[in-house]
Amino acid sequence: MLNQTARIISTYSADTFGVCSTFFELGGMIVIHDPSGCNSTYTTHDEPRWYTQDAKIYVSALNEQDAVLGRDERFLKDVIETVRQQQPRFVCLIPSQIAFLLSTDMKALAKIVAEKTGVPAFTLPTNSMHYYERGIYLAMEKLARHVTGTAEDWPRETPRPKKPSAPHQCAVNLLGITPQDFSINGSDASIRSWLDREGFSVQSCWSLGTTLQSIETAPAADVNLVLSYGGLGAARVLQEVCGIPYVIGVPMAPLQEELAKALRETAETGHTRALYLSYSPYDDFEESGLLIGESVYAQSLSYALEQKTNRHYTCIIPMETEPILLRQDTLRATDEKDLQPLFDQAKDILGDPMYAPILPETARFIPLPHEGFSGRLYEPKIPNLIDAEGFSSFLAQIKGASS
Amino acid sequence: MLQKINGRPSAACQLLKDAHYPSLFPSTLEFSPPARGTWNIVHTGMQLPESHQIYICASGCVRGVVLTAAEMGAMDRFSTIEIHENDLVDKDNEAFLIEGISDILARLPKLPRAVFVFPACVHHFLGVNFRYVYRVLRARWPQIDFLECFMDPIRQTRSITPEQRERREIYRQLRKRPLNPRAANLLSSNLPTDPDSELVRLFTDNGWILRDMTTCRTYDEFQQMGEGSLDLWYHPFGGPAAAEDAKRRGAVSLYVGQPWRPAEIKESLNAVRRAMHLPASDWAEAAARAKQALDRAKKLLGTTPIALDYAAVFRPFSLARLLVESGFRVTKIYADSCMPDDAEDFRWLQQNAGTIELWATKHPDMRLLRRGSEKGPLLAIGQKAAYFNQTKHFVNLIEGGGLYGFTGIAKLAERMVDAFRQEKPIEENIRTKGLGGPCCLC
Repeated sequence: MLNQTARIISTYSADTFGVCSTFFELGGMIVIHDPSGCNSTYTTHDEPRWYTQDAKIYVSALNEQDAVLGRDERFLKDVIETVRQQQPRFVCLIPSQIAFLLSTDMKALAKIVAEKTGVPAFTLPTNSMHYYERGIYLAMEKLARHVTGTAEDWPRETPRPKKPSAPHQCAVNLLGITPQDFSINGSDASIRSWLDREGFSVQSCWSLGTTLQSIETAPAADVNLVLSYGGLGAARVLQEVCGIPYVIGVPMAPLQEELAKALRETAETGHTRALYLSYSPYDDFEESGLLIGESVYAQSLSYALEQKTNRHYTCIIPMETEPILLRQDTLRATDEKDLQPLFDQAKDILGDPMYAPILPETARFIPLPHEGFSGRLYEPKIPNLIDAEGFSSFLAQIKGASS
Repeated sequence: MLQKINGRPSAACQLLKDAHYPSLFPSTLEFSPPARGTWNIVHTGMQLPESHQIYICASGCVRGVVLTAAEMGAMDRFSTIEIHENDLVDKDNEAFLIEGISDILARLPKLPRAVFVFPACVHHFLGVNFRYVYRVLRARWPQIDFLECFMDPIRQTRSITPEQRERREIYRQLRKRPLNPRAANLLSSNLPTDPDSELVRLFTDNGWILRDMTTCRTYDEFQQMGEGSLDLWYHPFGGPAAAEDAKRRGAVSLYVGQPWRPAEIKESLNAVRRAMHLPASDWAEAAARAKQALDRAKKLLGTTPIALDYAAVFRPFSLARLLVESGFRVTKIYADSCMPDDAEDFRWLQQNAGTIELWATKHPDMRLLRRGSEKGPLLAIGQKAAYFNQTKHFVNLIEGGGLYGFTGIAKLAERMVDAFRQEKPIEENIRTKGLGGPCCLC
């Protein structure tokens, strides 16, 4: 078996699409510098909001002649005309594979667009050869530079807000929530309800059910909650510039009390932590199997299942993350070649249904659809594990499969 | 300039009389409307029985085709090789392709009879030696027919498109056989042509065999197309395939188009009759039935405005002219460009119905222009027309849906009546890719 070959499994969404997903609701214009039609993958499979919300996301329709001859004039003309017509809040130009290969100077192009239109314009280092989580990371990091007033190419229009000096409800920024990891299944609303029940207020949500104006208030928060690797870059910027500490973890139903406590403590002490890293008594649990998914989401779920089932699921992270986010036994594997031997030895496997064809017959498979992998294919079946009822149903499914 | 955005006139719509053939709208950034029923290269390839598809490109490119196959429930006939950043500078790409494809084939439970290989735009820039790649693959896997395709949209404006190339490759696999003077092929369609249509019945009623890949169940059955002495085609992507098949196998090639006006239908059908060595017909009875069906629809629809789009039929201007000449009130046509064989009808409409609004579908302003602006009910023919007008009264039609000729007119008129009487939800009906093909979206 060779690396990079997939006989039958899917591939994760790309970095360009992670950028689009992050900026989707913020009133900007995103242009993927790629041939005609290459935006339809994102708009069909990776963006459940495409039909109902009018985000300005376009493709440049790059052609061979312009690419080979380095003719950027048409691209510039088209972008500038469209910006003048549509008056977006900002412009983000993202290169795909060919523009990357040709070393197109996207930064210079963005600068020209900004100069000619007066609308802030910038680029991000995408190339369609990385996965969506990197795109989310880059976009949210850029957004954080903007809201903290440290992005030269995307300055704030209003002064940076400060934390209120008077006693107030502890305010939280939610960082790293997009449909690619959380779908549109009420998870964001459940997170907001949980925070409300626990006496927190949501300062901003990056970036689902939100606006740019709301996100621009983020510096006034007391603490950040990082919900995926994609939100980590923004958390780092907000900590560095505004001194806002962060907690990493997804509030799966069984973890909510502990996570609320961690948020309160971190807001007071400034001590940054990842919830699922705080406890690692692997030997206390029965080894049950594998859980494949995004690093913060999967490990939070694994930790929650330990609380509820006394079983430990080792996580496999196929897309971008960082070692400091990973539990001791968490594995990183993407290709069929690396996954197959791991699956062959597992008793239970929790993962997207598109992994099912490479699972051994002996393994018990519990489907956990993931929009970033299978797109819209299983969208209605993606569980909301923040919600107590949703988590209980999922747990019952696991217990049923294991009994 | 019929509409404004932020006080500025939009270039995404104009009166038909003001449009310029053939590029009706300026080339600019592109929007992707959420009407997904059109077919792509994955759907088309899946029609070839016992075949397998392998795509080699970046994750962003691979993802769209992977999920197309997945939504068809056909992942067992689909594989990928993903290109990473370092592959652009530090890779023997010929070896990477050969070994990657071989690795996939070796792991398949059963060897396919044919394998579509789809490298991507990037391979043109990397200067990959494909002659060598295919030579080695064919030597290593002599039992497999390799189809030399490309998924290279970067070249589609000036070169053969991926869809045209794929079709050419499919019919290149036909082995030469003695030609059967009473066997014909219908090349390049995605959807089977209506067996009730005059086109199909010309063959079935006269003792001919008419083969179409869309109805083949095995690769051997597909290979029987190699005895066809007459190749018909009407899909716009079929030209290069038909030209080469005629040259290579010696079949007579006949483009019949997808006309909607009676005179032109008659001309096309009689061209087929001539190719079959049959005398011409006046088609009076069939034409009368079509007219009756249109009259019934007209009586019901009255002055209801009608919008139609280029994805519903291959020749939207021909259909629009038929409707206008039949007394219907066509108010909008959605088309980004006009094909050469639709040019005459386009010009006729400019002169005789120039106040019809002509709308782009891909222009970025279409993202923001107000949708569903009609005050009363509007009947749409096609998914894009339905989406842009937000009408629940629409004929869900892609590529003509296999309708053809006078019977096609009659059946379309019946579907217009059904659509006028019965609402259907828009999003649910236009989200499925490859309308008419298999789909397992939940």
